[in-house]
Amino acid sequence: MAGNAEIRAGRLSKAEIDDNFADLHPPLTRSEALIEADRCYFCYDAPCTTACPTGIDIPAFIQKIRSDNLRGSARTILSENIMGGMCARVCPTEVLCEEACVRNTHEEKPVEIGLLQRYATDPVFEHSDQLFQRAVATGKKVAVVGGGPAGLSCAHRLAVLGHNVTIFNRDSKLGGLNEYGIAAYKAIDDFAQTEVDYILSIGGIEVRNNLMLGVNFGLEDLRQEYDAVFLGVGLALSNNLGVEGEDLDGVVNAIEYIAKLRQAADKSTLPVGRKIVVIGGGMTAIDVAVQSKRLGAEEVHMVYRRGPEQMSASVFEQALAQTSGVTLHHWASPARILGDDFVTGVEFDVDRSDGGVRLDADVVFKAIGQRMDGNGLASLASESGRFIVDEHQKTSSDKVWAGGDCVVGGNDLTVSAVQHGKIAAISIDRTLRNR
Amino acid sequence: MADLKTKFLGISSPNPFWLASAPPTDKAYNVNRAFAAGWGGVVWKTLGEDPPIVNVSGPRYSTLLSNDRRVIGFNNIELITDRPLQTNLDEMRQVKKDWPDRAVVASVMLPMNEESWAKYLPMIEDTGVDGFELNFGCPHGMSERGMGAAVGQVPEYIQMATEWAKKASSIPVIVKLTPNVASVVPPAKAALDGGADAVSLINTINSIMRVDYDSLTMYPTTDGMGTHGGYCGEAVKPIALNMVAEIARNKETRGLPISGIGGISDWRDAVDFLALGASNVQVCTAAMVYGFRIIDDLTDGLSSFLDDKQLTLEQLVGKAVPSVTDWQYLNLNYVEKAVINQDLCIQCGRCHVVCEDTSHQAITHTVNGVRRFEVIDSECVGCNLCVSVCPVDSCITMTQLTGGVDPRTGRAISKERLQWTAHPNNPMRKTD
Ligand SMILES: Cc1cc2nc3c(=O)[nH]c(=O)nc-3n(C[C@H](O)[C@H](O)[C@H](O)COP(=O)(O)OP(=O)(O)OC[C@H]3O[C@@H](n4cnc5c(N)ncnc54)[C@H](O)[C@@H]3O)c2cc1C
Ligand SMILES: Cc1cc2nc3c(=O)[nH]c(=O)nc-3n(C[C@H](O)[C@H](O)[C@H](O)COP(=O)(O)O)c2cc1C
Ligand code: SF4
Repeated sequence: MAGNAEIRAGRLSKAEIDDNFADLHPPLTRSEALIEADRCYFCYDAPCTTACPTGIDIPAFIQKIRSDNLRGSARTILSENIMGGMCARVCPTEVLCEEACVRNTHEEKPVEIGLLQRYATDPVFEHSDQLFQRAVATGKKVAVVGGGPAGLSCAHRLAVLGHNVTIFNRDSKLGGLNEYGIAAYKAIDDFAQTEVDYILSIGGIEVRNNLMLGVNFGLEDLRQEYDAVFLGVGLALSNNLGVEGEDLDGVVNAIEYIAKLRQAADKSTLPVGRKIVVIGGGMTAIDVAVQSKRLGAEEVHMVYRRGPEQMSASVFEQALAQTSGVTLHHWASPARILGDDFVTGVEFDVDRSDGGVRLDADVVFKAIGQRMDGNGLASLASESGRFIVDEHQKTSSDKVWAGGDCVVGGNDLTVSAVQHGKIAAISIDRTLRNR
Repeated sequence: MADLKTKFLGISSPNPFWLASAPPTDKAYNVNRAFAAGWGGVVWKTLGEDPPIVNVSGPRYSTLLSNDRRVIGFNNIELITDRPLQTNLDEMRQVKKDWPDRAVVASVMLPMNEESWAKYLPMIEDTGVDGFELNFGCPHGMSERGMGAAVGQVPEYIQMATEWAKKASSIPVIVKLTPNVASVVPPAKAALDGGADAVSLINTINSIMRVDYDSLTMYPTTDGMGTHGGYCGEAVKPIALNMVAEIARNKETRGLPISGIGGISDWRDAVDFLALGASNVQVCTAAMVYGFRIIDDLTDGLSSFLDDKQLTLEQLVGKAVPSVTDWQYLNLNYVEKAVINQDLCIQCGRCHVVCEDTSHQAITHTVNGVRRFEVIDSECVGCNLCVSVCPVDSCITMTQLTGGVDPRTGRAISKERLQWTAHPNNPMRKTD
């Protein structure tokens, strides 16, 4: 994105940008939390708990908020979902727990479970309150590849169960997409690292960053040296559009741009285009569109090849894009990216008789999905580029488990990655104890 | 709009809502505001002998709160008036002059000797007040000095002091009863025997609200020590209603006029008291929690209710008393079953879990593999627990079985009444 003068930093003042990237859902005050907690009906076999991929006992943690027992509430949450803090911020609750809330039937307004979960867990991270204790050491060693939600969840549970864990991680920080992907206004104040520190504080987890499976070491090395291996490598590669002009200056991989944005100490120094076209219909597309707008882009168009119902971004996310000033277009696929040295626009095939449509652009973001980097992992059974696992997250290979975005059957959410890691850890523990 | 004008013991007021003797009626300033807001009458804050008592200068009040900080119960350790008698008398005289259509009743608490009553009552009556209320109910502080509840707990004392009061005055005398007794009937009977024109009840209930979770002392304290207070507000209404109904239906006290007090905060609470035998009502806590403006809903709601029911206020008084009886006279042949309206059910499952854990295992949670809450008639005892906990209004209702067989007992539904007094399981049954 060098060269084109339209792509520059400082479209908005630092103050405006700070404001645009403030907490998307500010935390509840104690009064708000108590009033909201009172709305919980304490359902039997609660539908919200069933809807939570990690099965947090939601009525139980809300009950503890009501009685000012926040530590107990946090323990209820974190013992099922060690990333209950991040999930409280990033889960699309409107399609998970809150969608199942019986208050929807009663008054079309669910209990704000996500915000209550944040209220209960925030103090734990603020005071580094250790809620877990490690079981008697087993002397077993487990290798976890990938330090994202899946890997961290697996590592924490294994450490609690008394095993020693080594995390091998490609990036220089742990956290995976929590650190490099999630929209900045969802996890402000470096919450991803606060959570990583909390997870590691249980002890028994050694971290080796900047090491990549398939490059620095192989799966076989781990199988030799460790009693079990967990793979939580996520989806490292981004899909290409496969259209003319894709290599032009100004055509950008959305994931890479977001990672830069997340790592920027001062967002007002980030270069941003004036007219932006985002291609894709998922969370990544929404996030890069909204964040570009909030960095000061004048016009942001998000173009998806199918209709709003097929978008993997939830209705809430779509609404967020619209209220942030992003224009959504449906049923249009890119035919060609226009420009000589720099991008100048995109031409779309439209499912309409009047033919193509053209949008001017100085930046085009590609956000049409990621896929796994299978380098060094070809020995494992996979399907559509993801590992096949059983209900215990066990792969086809002896001693190897996997979870998170890199396995078949997930839904590419942080909370699901956490659940996979947890299930795998429990299964590994059983196997290592010969139960 | 139904007329709410009331004559209680000949004392008229534009509506049956009086402010009970307490901080809202402490002085002319408050009472003038109350009358301006529309209250029908006041029972002035209890007068005593000079020199006036002294209140603590720390917390007098504390509360039982819901999570959104709605006051459910209220506790106080305030004593009777702490102002000189003459100040109160001057203000009462002026207030009665300024508000001739409102009821002004003097509450008094005096030591147990006849001279005091003979000395003070005429002085107070001279201000033009409409009646006396004898405070035999204050359960803290004053009772340690042999007054208040210390008198109200001994029927002989009640009768004695009531006789002194009647002798020393020519206006109606109301005896205010304490609920801190095993049965309220003997004190009410003693008041009647002493010549009381009416009783009012309840005063407050002995209470400690909680402990302080940091200091692990009782809460609240005055310089580290606390004492029990008097409990009132919404939480005490059921206790007060029972006592009112007991007096209204007991053959020894039946017919004695009652001023109902305890937890009244909206017009429906007033309907409860009136229908169970009170001829007017008094309010303290609700005014202390929301201010005098609640009188608007009290009067407006009551009068619309009377319109809807096509009743006069007098007709409402005591209407529900005949429906109150002893357990032994309930019809044991009567059978109800809970019915869940599936269209209204929001699937919270609370009825299931409470019936399963604590009642009769009579509500399903899955039917044919689907989450569904249905009553199993062959187990349901008709206890009303599910109705009580269901968060949706009218979703679960109780329905009478009028014929056929009760699937729980296998017995045919009988139209005959069967009371415990005649039940075959009762070894003491009366056979005729
Ligand atoms: C832009 C964006 C926004 C999102 N927003 C949300 C949201 O709001 N809510 C939500 O629930 N989900 C969201 N998601 C999805 C969510 O972030 C992922 O589902 C989740 O992070 C998956 O966790 P994971 O552990 O499987 O993988 P990742 O988070 O991708 O972590 C993979 C880890 O493995 C490491 N790694 C990769 N390859 C190797 C290798 N060869 N050797 C060693 N280490 C390796 C990486 O360094 C990384 O630490 C979003 C995703 C994106 C891309
Ligand atoms: C702070 C406070 C002070 C009270 N002082 C008196 C009093 O001086 N004399 C009296 O007869 N009753 C007194 N009471 C009792 C009330 O008059 C009333 O009987 C009782 O509070 C129940 O009614 P409620 O639930 O509407 O408050 C007092 C109550 C409170 C809360
Ligand atoms: S009325 Fe009682 S026994 Fe019958 S279903 Fe309801 S809770 Fe169970």
